Amino acid sequence: MTFTNNLFYFLSFVAVLSALMVVLSKNPVHSVLYLIITFFAIAGHYVLLNAQFLAAVHVIVYAGAIMVLFLYVIMLLNLNQESEAHKSTLMKLAATISAGLLLVVLIGSIRGSEQLMVQPQQVEVGSVKDMGRVLFKEFLLPFEISSVLLLVAMIGAVMLGKNEEEGKNAS
Amino acid sequence: MKTLQGIPLDYYLWLSAALFTIGVLGVLFRRNAIVIFMCIELMLNAVNLLLVAFSNYYSDASGQVFVFFIMAVAAAEVAVGLAILMLMYRNTKTTDINILNRLKW
Repeated sequence: MTFTNNLFYFLSFVAVLSALMVVLSKNPVHSVLYLIITFFAIAGHYVLLNAQFLAAVHVIVYAGAIMVLFLYVIMLLNLNQESEAHKSTLMKLAATISAGLLLVVLIGSIRGSEQLMVQPQQVEVGSVKDMGRVLFKEFLLPFEISSVLLLVAMIGAVMLGKNEEEGKNAS
Repeated sequence: MKTLQGIPLDYYLWLSAALFTIGVLGVLFRRNAIVIFMCIELMLNAVNLLLVAFSNYYSDASGQVFVFFIMAVAAAEVAVGLAILMLMYRNTKTTDINILNRLKW
């Protein structure tokens, strides 16, 4: 029990710290690398919550695909510390105060909410087998629609990334 | 008020609130459009973590299926969003949102 608690504290600490570093680091490439650390910590939380399938998918999709895409774009645009624009100190202060107020509101609403009284049943829900059963029985139609969504996104990305001369001729 | 692993559900609520707030802070704090995009991903992940925590607490797999769909939508969003950013960079030579605020060039 204490081991899982310690693991929870450790993963939370890593996640929050590296999330802060995403915001505060000057170089966009460092932001991407810190965000990957955050995603790994969140994947650790998923394992801790018995969602092994989601942990694997999270690592593959986020750390493997999305962050590599971000890294590619940042390196392709050659963004670095020198080209990085910064807001004025006043704007930064205002942003920090606004975010702090949001945190206060969230914590206040969490503390003010009523305690949920549900007796947890000891049912395994996170394995590939159980996930597959739910996904392909109750959520079959959304699953198929999401495949169409991915196809549309792929076509859209290709259309947007097309050569400029062809785009001008078409429009 | 505990998940199956003995960690109180409140802790996950607070962790998700903290991560979400850091994402909002990043959106307000930075001027680089790509970093703002990454902070939006951070907010999505805070919500995902909370969905998985509640799914574990109720022993209901639906929450995890929602997270699965959110991941699919996030992947599509990132592909299209980064393509738009690339297109903007090609026209304006910058990803600074203060220059992109007119949405024209």
